[in-house]
Amino acid sequence: MLLIHCPYCEEDRSELEFRWAGEAHIARPENIAAISDEEFAEYFFLRNNEKGLTYERWRHIHGCGRFFNAARDTVSDKFLATYKAGMPKQPVPQTGASEKTVETYEATEGDAR
Amino acid sequence: MRRYSVFAIAREAMRAHKGWEAQWTSPEPQSSYDVIIVGAGGHGLGAAYYLAKEHGITNVAVIEKGWLGGGNTGRNTTIIRSNYLYEESMDIYEHSLKLWEGLSQELNYNVMYSPRGVMMLSHNTHDMQSFKRHINANTLYGIDNEWLTPEQAKAYVPVLDISKTARYPINGAALQRRGGTARHDAVAWGYARAASDRGVHIIQNCEVTGIRRGPNGEVQGVETTRGFIGAKKVGVSAAGHSSVVMEMAGVRVPLHSNPLQALVSEPLKPIFPCVVMSNTVHAYISQSDKGELVIGAGTDQYNSYSQTGGLQIITHTLDAICELFPIFRRVKMMRQWGGITDNTPDRSPIQGVTPVPGLFVNCGWGTGGFKATPGSANLFAHLIARGEPHRLAAGLTLDRFRTGRLIDEAAAAAVAH
Repeated sequence: MLLIHCPYCEEDRSELEFRWAGEAHIARPENIAAISDEEFAEYFFLRNNEKGLTYERWRHIHGCGRFFNAARDTVSDKFLATYKAGMPKQPVPQTGASEKTVETYEATEGDAR
Repeated sequence: MRRYSVFAIAREAMRAHKGWEAQWTSPEPQSSYDVIIVGAGGHGLGAAYYLAKEHGITNVAVIEKGWLGGGNTGRNTTIIRSNYLYEESMDIYEHSLKLWEGLSQELNYNVMYSPRGVMMLSHNTHDMQSFKRHINANTLYGIDNEWLTPEQAKAYVPVLDISKTARYPINGAALQRRGGTARHDAVAWGYARAASDRGVHIIQNCEVTGIRRGPNGEVQGVETTRGFIGAKKVGVSAAGHSSVVMEMAGVRVPLHSNPLQALVSEPLKPIFPCVVMSNTVHAYISQSDKGELVIGAGTDQYNSYSQTGGLQIITHTLDAICELFPIFRRVKMMRQWGGITDNTPDRSPIQGVTPVPGLFVNCGWGTGGFKATPGSANLFAHLIARGEPHRLAAGLTLDRFRTGRLIDEAAAAAVAH
């Protein structure tokens, strides 16, 4: 289970209080009726699904109820930063995150301790 | 390839089992092939086998970053069924089920396909209506699926708690008798052996790091950790890593990679005769031939490539299992693991051509790809050989997310994740 820092509550809380809400920093087209089918598919369906650094939205649904953004490493599942909605993409320090997928739980056990 | 038979066992027994040959070869990569398939899981190895067998294309390499069958092929709960709602789904899963029925004979390899029945429990009126809708759709399409009363369900699975006071009361069940399980590793091994026998090169521990394209954008081959390997056709069958591989060719796919966990118990005497799934309380369970209870949990809510998953996900599933089958309350769980599933927005797979000439994709099988292995592989081989999809897979295109012709199994009460 993840431990997530809510930038509004300014507290680390359990993942059970949060709902993942998809990729962050996707702007809805201003005139959605005017865009082409390709542009709509791009906006609505196509996602980066990065292996490594990803920017995503979370909602503190069983807390303050607010949406915020997070930078997270999808290989280690570690949060690198969380910040309020509306703020620009936050730069994160190069973590040198492991490039290989962790194949077993034992391999991450040291980190957990 | 020496065939496996009772005579082969007798012969080897006479000479201390020294005559068994390696099941597949591990050749050095050539400089080029006619077709490269990325990903040596069941789908990729099967596609290579069918390319060689049905389309006469034997100059094929299957490239795998880890070991053969070490991804989702070796991590799933081995459930096979074809009772989906929409015709596009029924087409491909039923095609697959028919291939499962003869697969051991075809490959001369015991994949232990066991049509022991897949039962889906109904807990409320919505479940009942939804399952009966499935049963009607399946029946009209010639696929077996039948409705059971709680008593009939109990007769089929004696350890099921159908009492009125149960935490999760049961008001019926849908049963597909031809559904069941198979030995997941054996499927990969069987396809690998049969493909290798027909000249396919299986190259393990070789990660694809790039896809090289020519002046007109067409595929020329793949860059790997063991150097460049040329091919005019590349088929990507990389499950949870499909986004990563497709990105190398500049193609974005509508996928989310999520961990999905499974776990097994200590081995028990035979007690559980079929597969039971409950969508409403999220639990599915069967018993392997080794005696372990094989239990599937849910997906984590966030994108991840970590192959682990949260503990709360499996405890939630075990809560439900203990309520449905009180007899299992004191069974010990032995092992738990995660695999990375590639989920599409409509929870239906993607198999088809891509905007890049020569590049084909087979992905998005999400949480249910094992059952589709033979059918998907068979149709993916057709796609690569002919350059256009087979009739049975014609609806699974990547283009459907532009046209809006989705196959919305997500809202159709299949077991959801």
